[in-house]
Amino acid sequence: MKYIKQAGIILGFSLAGELCHALIPLPVPASIYGMVLLFLAFACKLVKVEQVKQTGAFLVSILPLLFVVPTVGIMACWDMIRGDILKIALVIAVTTVLTFGVSGLLTKLFRKGGGGHG
Amino acid sequence: MGELLAGCGYFCVVLTIGAFGLGRLCRRKWKLAIFDPILIGAALVMLALWALDIPVERYQQACQPLSYLMTPATICLAIAFYERLRELRRHLPAVLIGVLGGTLSSLLSVWLICKGLGLSQTLTLSLLPKSITSAIGVVLSEQAGGVGALTTAVIIITGVVGNLAGPLLCRAFRLDDPISQGVAFGTASHVIGTSKAMELSPLAGAVSSLSLTLAGLITSVLFSFLF
Repeated sequence: MKYIKQAGIILGFSLAGELCHALIPLPVPASIYGMVLLFLAFACKLVKVEQVKQTGAFLVSILPLLFVVPTVGIMACWDMIRGDILKIALVIAVTTVLTFGVSGLLTKLFRKGGGGHG
Repeated sequence: MGELLAGCGYFCVVLTIGAFGLGRLCRRKWKLAIFDPILIGAALVMLALWALDIPVERYQQACQPLSYLMTPATICLAIAFYERLRELRRHLPAVLIGVLGGTLSSLLSVWLICKGLGLSQTLTLSLLPKSITSAIGVVLSEQAGGVGALTTAVIIITGVVGNLAGPLLCRAFRLDDPISQGVAFGTASHVIGTSKAMELSPLAGAVSSLSLTLAGLITSVLFSFLF
């Protein structure tokens, strides 16, 4: 029963997220609304972490499995990318290194206590 | 044979779980980021679909029970986020600045390089959310007019690049403390990078998962207004 209750709460926030997405004219995905709402519910003590913990941990742990399905969909758009595959690889390599460097160095610069070891 | 199996409601789901399980076995055996269970799993599923002559559209249709779980599973990322936020409050300003700067430079550099190389608008939009977790990135890409499947693949490859190159990049950029390492891994290469940050130190791992959630949120806000 514990798991059903937890699933009920989580699905309730999914529903709330979908309603926000449908009612608010912004292209924010339902999952983001739901995430923010659940976070606010924790922060305002409306929901305790213990009330969703086990089912939540299960759902997060199967996320990688869920991504297999959309990745297989690349078969359907192969014709669209085959000509640009090298360019795409270049974009991925350059921008990943850049993002890594910028975010890490900025954090190091602004970290309390300055350089040395954290 | 393919027709018979594709007609069974559970075949595609079982195939997906089996392929993913094999992917995890490969990872455990060879411990290399390139053996990502999602990539291996997807490759095995593609092979099976090709061998059995089952159309991709039919497979995705049959896997809808899995897709149904995507939204609730993403929402649950808020749990770890909330728990980490309390223990990391002290470092929050530096983490926020790092994630914001990294996210902006990611979006900007992808946009500029795509335009510079003459890639189409659809491809550009599919590549833009490449550094954030696919749960959020795919939705953003599709809503803006990108191709979700391509975005998923690009996001996973980005994660693998960050995971493999991360330790080297830490040395190159002289990131010697767990806070800046964690922010770099989480902002540039989401969950897959975070698993490497966890190996470096638990603190770097915690900061990395906080950063990947923040990067996802910031990107979705920017996306909503820009594209």
